[in-house]
Amino acid sequence: MWNSLRTDAPAGLVAGVTAYQAGDGDLVHAYVARPEGPGPFPGVVLAHHMPGWDELYREFARRFADHGYTAICPDLYCRTGHGEPDDVAAAARAAGGLVDDTVVADLVAARDLLRALPTANGKVGVFGTCSGGRHALLAASKAGGFDAVADLWGGGVVASPEDLVPQRPVSVLDYTADLDAPLLGLFGDEDQFPTPELVDRHEEELKKHGKEYEFHRYADAGHGFFYYHRSAYRADSAMDGWAKVFDFFGRHLSTGS
Amino acid sequence: MCTNISETVPAAGAAKGGAGWFPVTAANVGFDHAVGSRFDHALLLDFVDPARGPSARIAVELDLETGRALVAALQSVIEAAERSGAPV
Repeated sequence: MWNSLRTDAPAGLVAGVTAYQAGDGDLVHAYVARPEGPGPFPGVVLAHHMPGWDELYREFARRFADHGYTAICPDLYCRTGHGEPDDVAAAARAAGGLVDDTVVADLVAARDLLRALPTANGKVGVFGTCSGGRHALLAASKAGGFDAVADLWGGGVVASPEDLVPQRPVSVLDYTADLDAPLLGLFGDEDQFPTPELVDRHEEELKKHGKEYEFHRYADAGHGFFYYHRSAYRADSAMDGWAKVFDFFGRHLSTGS
Repeated sequence: MCTNISETVPAAGAAKGGAGWFPVTAANVGFDHAVGSRFDHALLLDFVDPARGPSARIAVELDLETGRALVAALQSVIEAAERSGAPV
């Protein structure tokens, strides 16, 4: 819960960029934020959004660390090159965008790194917004092995055949049967991708396969309503959404849960 | 939403940014999340030299109406240039 800290509690955290061995063996940058202390701490892998491995996602990582998680956010564009986040994101877009299988492998490698930490409690979730929401769900479905997944307005989860390209050759919906973790979904009713109808379609598939999930929809919100630097920001919905994220991960990633 | 709408054309020219002039070897045209403008999504025009890395980029974000006007102006100027007979 936001601002539920104790004023007499130690609140130190350690954060910075490191490199880790990603899915294909490449050394890839990652931003890691963790609470100070011996733990045990649950972990969260952050799949950044299309605009890049940016300041916003570093803040997200530190927010998770402030709430007691070890968070790792791999630079999914690391192989594209380096520069300011919007320049790197533009280069990645011009190159056709991220390749699904590479992203899944990078997220899985990040998960395994978190689990191997001496401060870990063994539980790791995966979180993403926008394209990162789709990637988080894809990783939790196709690869599996996460303990919880949060998909925030992930576009393209329900994809038509004409939407499929070599980099993104699958509709994540088709992997619903393989999802092996509880799912949190946050969506804005004014979003065009996914529309409420596409979210309905996703929900039907989750019900059909008996999956554990909870979807929360916000009437006043569109795409990216957590992004306080964009006009899409909706303060009340964003704060409620963050509370939902921490409640959900708290229930599924705490030691002994 | 992430549209992933993007096209690239080879380019011959140069562009000037904060670090001065650099060769432009490609132009990328997209329609996706805006970064610097207040639009949700924008026409994205990037003049780049990939060999120099992601930072060798002149980026412009426009709304669709401006894009159409720009296309018309480009076409008009190209035709005038061809009529003039002046060499490139």
